[in-house]
Amino acid sequence: MWIFDWLNALPPLWVYFLIPLAPLAGSLVAGLGGWFLGHRAHWAPILGVTFAFYLALFVLLQVLHGRTFYGNVYTWGVFGSLSVPIGFDIDSLTAIMMVVVTFVSLCVHVYTIGYMHDDPGYARFFSYISLFTFSMLMLVMSNNFLQLFFGWEAVGLVSYLLIGFWFTRESANQGALKAFLVNRVGDFGFLLGIAAIYHYTGSLDYRTVFAEVPSLVGQTVSILPGHPWSVLTWIALLLFIGAMGKSAQVPLHVWLPESMEGPTPISALIHAATMVTAGIFLVARMSPIYEKSATALSVILIIGAITALFMGLVGLVQNDIKRIIAYSTLSQLGYMTAALGASAFSAAIFHLVTHAFFKALLFLAAGSVIHAMANEQDIRKMGGLARSMPITYVTFLIASLALAGIPPFAGFFSKDLIIEAVGQSHLADAGLAHVFLVLGALVTALYTFRMFFLVFHGQPRMDEHTRAHLHESPWVITLPLVALAILSVLTGWLLMKPVGLGGFLDSSLRIQPTFDTVGAIAAHWHGTAAFLWEGIQAWPFWLAVLGIGLAALFYLVGEGLPAPLQRIVQPAIWVLRQKYGFDVFNQIVLVRGALLLGRRFWHWGDQALIDGAMVNGSAQLVARAAASWRRLQTGYIYHYAFVMIIGFVLFLTYFTLGRG
Amino acid sequence: MDLHMGLLSAAIWLPIVGGFVVLAVGDRAGSRPARWLALVFSLLTLLVTIPLFTGFDTHTAAMQFVERVPWIPSLHIQYYLGIDGISLWFILLTSFLTLLVVISSWRNVQLRQAQYLAAFLVMDGLMIGVFCALDAILFYVFWEAMLIPMFLIIGVWGGPRRVYATIKFFLYTFLGSVLMLVAFLYLYFHSGDSFDLLTFMKTPLSAAAQIWIFLAFLIAFAVKIPMWPVHTWLPDAHVEAPTGGSVILAAVMLKMGAYGFLRLSLPITPDASHQLAWLMIALSLVAIVYIALIAIVQQDMKKLIAYSSIAHMGFVTLGFFVFTQTAIEGAIMQMLSHGFVSAAMFFCVGVLYDRMHTRDIHAYGGVANVMPIFASLMMLFAMGNVGLPGTSGFVGEFMVVLGTYGPHPWAAIIAATGLITGAAYTLWLFKRVIFGGVTRAEVAALSDLDGREVLVLGSLGVLVLLMGLWPAPFLEVVHSSVQHLLSQVSVSKIPS
Repeated sequence: MWIFDWLNALPPLWVYFLIPLAPLAGSLVAGLGGWFLGHRAHWAPILGVTFAFYLALFVLLQVLHGRTFYGNVYTWGVFGSLSVPIGFDIDSLTAIMMVVVTFVSLCVHVYTIGYMHDDPGYARFFSYISLFTFSMLMLVMSNNFLQLFFGWEAVGLVSYLLIGFWFTRESANQGALKAFLVNRVGDFGFLLGIAAIYHYTGSLDYRTVFAEVPSLVGQTVSILPGHPWSVLTWIALLLFIGAMGKSAQVPLHVWLPESMEGPTPISALIHAATMVTAGIFLVARMSPIYEKSATALSVILIIGAITALFMGLVGLVQNDIKRIIAYSTLSQLGYMTAALGASAFSAAIFHLVTHAFFKALLFLAAGSVIHAMANEQDIRKMGGLARSMPITYVTFLIASLALAGIPPFAGFFSKDLIIEAVGQSHLADAGLAHVFLVLGALVTALYTFRMFFLVFHGQPRMDEHTRAHLHESPWVITLPLVALAILSVLTGWLLMKPVGLGGFLDSSLRIQPTFDTVGAIAAHWHGTAAFLWEGIQAWPFWLAVLGIGLAALFYLVGEGLPAPLQRIVQPAIWVLRQKYGFDVFNQIVLVRGALLLGRRFWHWGDQALIDGAMVNGSAQLVARAAASWRRLQTGYIYHYAFVMIIGFVLFLTYFTLGRG
Repeated sequence: MDLHMGLLSAAIWLPIVGGFVVLAVGDRAGSRPARWLALVFSLLTLLVTIPLFTGFDTHTAAMQFVERVPWIPSLHIQYYLGIDGISLWFILLTSFLTLLVVISSWRNVQLRQAQYLAAFLVMDGLMIGVFCALDAILFYVFWEAMLIPMFLIIGVWGGPRRVYATIKFFLYTFLGSVLMLVAFLYLYFHSGDSFDLLTFMKTPLSAAAQIWIFLAFLIAFAVKIPMWPVHTWLPDAHVEAPTGGSVILAAVMLKMGAYGFLRLSLPITPDASHQLAWLMIALSLVAIVYIALIAIVQQDMKKLIAYSSIAHMGFVTLGFFVFTQTAIEGAIMQMLSHGFVSAAMFFCVGVLYDRMHTRDIHAYGGVANVMPIFASLMMLFAMGNVGLPGTSGFVGEFMVVLGTYGPHPWAAIIAATGLITGAAYTLWLFKRVIFGGVTRAEVAALSDLDGREVLVLGSLGVLVLLMGLWPAPFLEVVHSSVQHLLSQVSVSKIPS
C-alpha cells in the first residue's frame, strides 16, 4: 500500500526497532516532561503508539508477503560460551500480537484522555501505559528467552505500578503488592525453566533451542531421586508455571480480581486484552517444546478447563462490575489455556485476538458506566442506564453477545472452535475438560447478562443526585468503544479461517500430527457459514441462549433469584463468595506462615542462639577486658590500632631474629 | 617508561595523603576548606582509577599495572601490586562511592566534619590497597588497616548503641583475620619463603593442609561477607553507622570477603574448595532463605536492608562454589550490582533519616505524596534490589541461577525462591514507606531531594540501569580472569 512505501527504503531492523522505541519515547516525554506538559502530556504517547500501530500494520503486510525476520540488535552480554542478544523474531504469530497490542493500546490511550481527565497523575498515567506498550512489544518480538523474560518482568512492573496508581488507597497498594508477588511465584518457575533450557541446549536463542529439542526427546531428569521425568516435560511445566502466573490460571489467579483496584483503562489494556495473554503467547511460541510432552499438554488442558468453569462461577456472585469482568477474563483465559493443552494453538491465538477486542470493549464500556455513575461500581446500585447512555449501551451489548458466544459476534467463532478442538483431543482428561468448557458456555452467558440487565435495564436504583447527572461520555471515550465494537463484530467471521484454522500461523507453530485437533476440524471444513450453521445446532450455543434466558428471567423480568431457588443454592453461593477459600488459605498459611517463620528465625535463631549464646557470651568477656583497658586509654579503637601495630612489630622482630 | 606505571600506587596513596591533608586543615576555619579539599582528593582518586579501565587489556588473565619493589627483604615481603579482571571493578567502585559519600556528607554531618571526611579518604586508599595487593603481608596490612577508619566512623559518628556495635564488629573481624595471618605464615614456609600470592597459588599442598587453610580463610572471609551464622554483627553495625559508613560498609567492605574467596581460597586451595563446596553451598542457601525471611519482618529500614544484603551475598558465595564460568561471573556481577544498589538504598534511608531522624518504618507512609522525585528514584533502586530485568540486580542473580542449575539443580531451585522473598521484603518496605496517604504531620512537612541528593542518587540510578540494559562491557572485563581462575581451581594441587 502506498502509505507504507517509504518504509521499504529503510533497513528492516530499523523499522522493527522503531516499533517498541516509539512508545518508549512517548513514555519518556510524558514521564519526564509531565510537570510542565500537564494536560498536554497525552500528545507524545499517542503519537508514539499511533506510529507503532502504523508500523505494526506494515510488518503484518510484510509477513503476509512472506517477509519474516530473525536477527539481533545488540549483544546484551556474553557469559561462558553463550552470547545473549537483544533481537527480534518477526513471524506471523508476532505480527498478529503486535497489531493487537498496538491497536488496543491506541484505543486505550485515546480513551484515557477522557477518563483520566481530572486526575492529578494524568501525565504519569500516560507515561506508564506507553511504557507498558513498549515492554509488551519487546516481549512478543523477542527472539530469545532472556529478552522474553525482560519483557515479561517489565510488563509485570508496569502492571504493579498501575494497579497501585492511586497510591494513597490501601486496597490499591495491597492489590499491587499481591499482583507482583503472585507473579513472582510464576517467575520462579519461569526462571528455572530458562536455566534448564540453558543447561540442556547451551543456548537461549529460540531457533537454536528449538533445533535442539528433538535431541532431548527420551532424555530424563531425576529431580526427585527414583522418579525420572522427561526433560522436555520438566522444562515445559516450569515454563508453564510462569504462564500460569501471568495469565492467572488456578491457583495463581488470585491477583487478577484485585488488580481491578487500578484505573479502568489499564484493566482493559493490561488485565484483559494484552498482558494477561502473555502466558498464552508464551506457550504458543514454545509449541516445539510443548508438542513433545503429552504430560505437559494434559496438565495445561485440565488447568485451563478448571479455570474456565470455576472462575466463571465465581463471576456469578460478584456485584462489582469490574470484578465480574475480571472473573470473566479469568474464565476466558482458561478457555485459551485449554486450547493450548489440546494443541489447538491457533484456536487459542484466535480467541486471544477476539477476546482482546471484545473484552477491552467490555471494560472500556464499563468504565464509561462508572464514569457516568460518579465512580460507583456496584451493579446493585445501577439499573436503567440504557436510555441515558445509548452508545455505551449498544457497545456493551455487542461485547456481551461476543463474550457469551452468540453468532455472528467474534467470541462465538473462537470459543466454539476451542470447545470443538478440545472435543477432538485424545489426551487424558480431555473428556472432562470438554464437559467443563461446554458448561462454561452457560455460566458465561449467565454472569454476562446478569450484569447487563442489572446495569442497563430495570428500575434505576441509584440516588437522585447521581441519577440527575447521568450522561453519555464524551467522544474520546465513545470513539474507542465504537472502533472496538466494529472489530468485535467482524473479527470472528474474518479471521476464522486464516487465524483460527491456523493457515496464517502455520509457520510459527509446530504441531505433532497425532495431536493436531485443529487439523482434524480443518479436514472437514466447508466454509465459515457452514461452521456457523453447525455451531447453532450444538450444545454450547443453546446453553448460551439458555444462560441469557435465565438471566432475563431472573434479572429482567423478575427481581433476583426466586426465594425457593435462593434457599437451595445458598450453600453454593457461600462457597463462591469465599472464592473457594484461596485467599483465606494464602493469607493464613502462606503470608502469616512466612511472617511467623521470619520472626521465629529472627528471635530464636539470630537473637537467642547466635547473638545470645554465642556472641554476647564471648563479647562480655572482651567487654570486661576492654573496660579495664579503658582506664588506661581513652578508647578501645585507638587501642586496637595501637595493639595491632605493636603486634605487627613484635611479629616482624620475632621472625627477623628467630630466623636470622 | 610506561605511562601506566605507578597508577595503582597513586590510587592508594593519593586519598590517604589527602585524608591527612584534610585532617591537618581541620575545622578551625569552618568546615568549608576541608570539604572542598576532600572533594578534590576524592575526585582526583576517581580520575586516577579511570585509566585503569581504559588501559585495561581484557584479553589476558595476567596481572596488569604491576608494581613490585622489595619492602622488607629479609622476610621477602614485597610492595607488590597488580590487578586483573576480578579486582578492576571493585577499585573503580570504591573510588566512585567515596566521591559520592563526600558529596552526600556536604551538609548533613555537623560534628567534626573534617575528621569524618578524612576517615573516608584514608579508608578509600586502604580499600583500594586490598584489591591491588599481591603480597600476603601487604594484603593483610591493608585488610586490617582499613578497619580502623570504619571503627572510628561507627564509633564516633554512630548512633546510640555504637559502642556495642563497634565491639561486635571488632571481635568478629579481628578474630577472623588472625586466622588468615596464621594461614599466610604456613604458606610462607611451604612456598619456600615467599609471601607472593601468585606463588601461593602454585604451591602444592596436601589435602589436609588445604582443608585447614581453607577453613582459616573461610572464617576471615565469612565474617566479612557476612555468611550465616557469623552475620549478626552486620545489622547492628549498619543501624549504628552514619549514612556514609553504611554505604561503604555495604557496598565495598562486604565485597572484601567475597574477593578473598576469589583471590585466595579458590586458587590457593582448589582441592579443599571442591571438597567443602557442599558446605559453602549449604551456607549460601541458608543465607538466601533464612535471612530473607528475617528481612521480611524487620521494622527498622536499615536492618531490613542489612539483612537483604546478607541474602544477596548468598547468591555471590553460591556462585563461587558451583565452579561454572556463568555462575562465577554472575557472582562478580552480583557483587558489583550490590555495590550500586545497596549503596543507593542506604543513601535513600539517609535522605529520609536526615529529615525525620528515625529509621522506623511505621513512622513513614505516603512519602510519595511529598517527595515524588525521591519516590521515583527509590522505586528504581527497589527494583534493582528485587532483581528486576533491566536493572543491575537481575544480571548477577540470573547468571548465578543459570550457572548453578547444571551442577546442582536443587540448589538453583532453592536459590530461585529468593526471587519471591526478595520482592516480598523490598516491595513491602516500599509500600509502607512510600505509598499510602500522608497521616503524619512530619511526613507532610518533608521536602523533596535537593540538587546534591539528586546528583548522588541519579548517578547511581544511571549505573543501575546501564548495567541492567547492557552488562556486556562489565562482563567483558572479568571474562579472561574468571576463565583463568577456573583453570586454576580445576587442577589438583595435592602432590602425588
